[in-house]
Order: sequence, then structure tokens, then C-alpha cells
Amino acid sequence: MADLPEIDQKILMGMEGPTFESRPWVEGPPLNQRRVALITTAGLHKRGDRPFQMGQPDYYRVIPGDTRDGEVVMSHGAASFDRTGYQRDWNVVFPLDRLRELADEGVIGSVADYHYSFGTPLTMPENETVASELSDLLKKDNVDAVLLFPV
Amino acid sequence: MIEEHGISTACISLIRPHSERIKPPRSLWVSFELGRPLGAPNDADFQKKVLITLLQLLERPDGPVILDDYPLDAPESDEDVAVLSCPVRFDNQATDDSDPLKTSFLREIQAMRPWYDIALKKRGRTTLGGSGIDIDLLGEYIYAYVKGAEPDNPLQDVDPSVSLKLAVEDLKGYYVEAVTAQPGQEDLSSKALKEWLWDKTTAGEVLVELIKTCSQSENEKLKMMGTHFIAPMDIMLKRNVIKPGMM
Repeated sequence: MADLPEIDQKILMGMEGPTFESRPWVEGPPLNQRRVALITTAGLHKRGDRPFQMGQPDYYRVIPGDTRDGEVVMSHGAASFDRTGYQRDWNVVFPLDRLRELADEGVIGSVADYHYSFGTPLTMPENETVASELSDLLKKDNVDAVLLFPV
Repeated sequence: MIEEHGISTACISLIRPHSERIKPPRSLWVSFELGRPLGAPNDADFQKKVLITLLQLLERPDGPVILDDYPLDAPESDEDVAVLSCPVRFDNQATDDSDPLKTSFLREIQAMRPWYDIALKKRGRTTLGGSGIDIDLLGEYIYAYVKGAEPDNPLQDVDPSVSLKLAVEDLKGYYVEAVTAQPGQEDLSSKALKEWLWDKTTAGEVLVELIKTCSQSENEKLKMMGTHFIAPMDIMLKRNVIKPGMM
């Protein structure tokens, strides 16, 4: 944050963001038994999927667990965050390769069949609807741990 | 919000004050730059350490609301901006050239091609392709917008302004993937690459001209795209495309 240009710091600190009254807390099995999914806000999606656009009701894209580097592109709208890291290694944004390695090493139980990506800001009612929908999908995938990665 | 529905979550925090306000169940604040929640490209060991630290929050009993600080900064490149090779400049070489900026731009794209091809071969993948425009046609497409034209939309069911944005990101990606394939430049910092792209290349010059044209457009979506989503704010201030206080 301190390394950011002054104007970006000002814009980011001016963003209020949502607040929540509830404090949910869900525990689960040990890590080596967990099934883990990733969620990114980097606007990643499979090459050929519809790009993210403001004002469209398709809020997220699905990234299958067998997706490989080079099969995704980024259609996030912002110009303010660094993309040069991602352009050399997608794991710096979306660590699916690292997660697979941790599953192979037995650190986690398994990698989910499906992961999810967002690329446009959502209103609170949209957030609530999508969180409910995604949670149902994650449960059907037997996921019991979700890691979230902003950009 | 997913935790409300019965699934444990843990998130990376890039902006600590936001996490302090939102109070997600478990977050790990990292000192890394925006766009790099795992810290460093091509450093699997570093990425894995961050990921394991994040995962370990799931086993902590002391919630709700854990906000930990990751103790390490991302490893930085020692490379200096000065060592970064510049593409060959083709400024105003032909006196009968009616548009030397366009000529220089298209030649520069061609000149980067061998390094892009090496990058593709070496990495076995590219991040380009969001716009659906072939690299050979990318320069012409973007430059048409610089001159105020609106070329055919390469993507169906997508607003032309979004296609333009995706083409711009493909162009930037092309340059970055190419130049980081050159000897000794794989680990260049984002700062060095940003300064190189915007200050040393004709592509940077063209993109600034693109922003100027879009800012005068009567097409509101194009105007919005050009003035907000083509270049970082600090670049637009530096190039006097926007003035302090406008944002």
C-alpha cells in the first residue's frame, strides 16, 4: 500500500466497503482432510468465455479444477493493479498449481472440481444472492474450505 | 458471506484498513503490491509458504475475526530500470510518411515479435487472447480508435468499449511477455516494466493518444473506458491527461 502512487492510495482509502453485523465462524476437519476451492477477483476466465462487463447479470465465471496455465485470460476492467506478475506466472494471482502440489503432498485433502472468478463489483443484494448460489455449488462439490484472493 | 452459508473461508488482505473494517472471519494481510496476492511470480516456494500460512488460519480456534500479518515482504528484483532494453525506435524516418506515430507503432510491434515468440515457446503459454484479435492486427485495431474511428467489433455480445479495453490489455501483455523473455530480464520489477512500457515505448505513447481521443468521444462508454481503464491514474497525471483533483 505504501508503495502505491499517492492518487491510488487516496482512491483506495476513500472506498468505504461493506460492513457486516454478524460474525460467522465455521470450523472443519484438519487441513489434510479438507477439500479446498479458490475464489479470485482478478477477472480470470477460460479463454473463449464471455469477458466480464459492468452491468451484466452473469457475475462470475467457473474455472474447472483441471484448468492449466495458458487456458485462462483476464478481463478485469481496472488499470490500477499490476498484471506483469500474472503475465509471467498465473499462480501469483490464482495459485491452482500450488494448491494441487499441496494436495499431492498431503497438506490438504483434495482440490475442488470447480473454482470461481469475479471481475466486476457487485452490489450488496447481488453479493448476497451470489454467495448463496456459490455456497450451494461448493457444497455439492463437497468443499469445506474456500480461499479468497483479491487483486 | 460464504461462511454464513456453512463453509469455512480464509482470505488474503492486500489493504489492511479494508479488512479491519469488513472483518472477514479469517484474513492474512500481506505487504505485496496490488495484483500479486501470492507475492512473487515464478517463485513457487514463496507462493507455497504464503498459501500454507493462509490455510493454517483454518485450523485456528481463536475466531471469529482473525487478522494476521504475513511477516515477509515479496522478494524484489535487483534489476534496475536502466538495464531494460528498449525496442528499436523508428521515429520519423520517412519524410513522406503521413503518420509517423502509426508507422513507428506498427514497426515496434513487429520488432517485439521474435521475443514474444521465444516467450511463448519458453513458457508454453500466453495470457493474450482476451480481445480475440490476432497480434498482427492488434496495432491497426487500436490505432483506428486513436484516429477516432470505431472498427468492427471482434467480440459478439460485448460492448465495443470493452473489446477496446481487452485489446489494450493484450497489447500490454504482448510487450511484457516479450521483454521479460530477453536475457536477464525475467525477474524485472513491476515498477521497471511500467516505466518502460509507458515512458520508453511507442506503444505507451500511442495509448496516451488513445486516452486523449476517447476523452473527447461523444460515445459515453468509450469516454469512460478511455479516461478510467486504459492507464493507471499516476501515468495519466504524469502525462497531463487528467489533472489533480479530477479523480
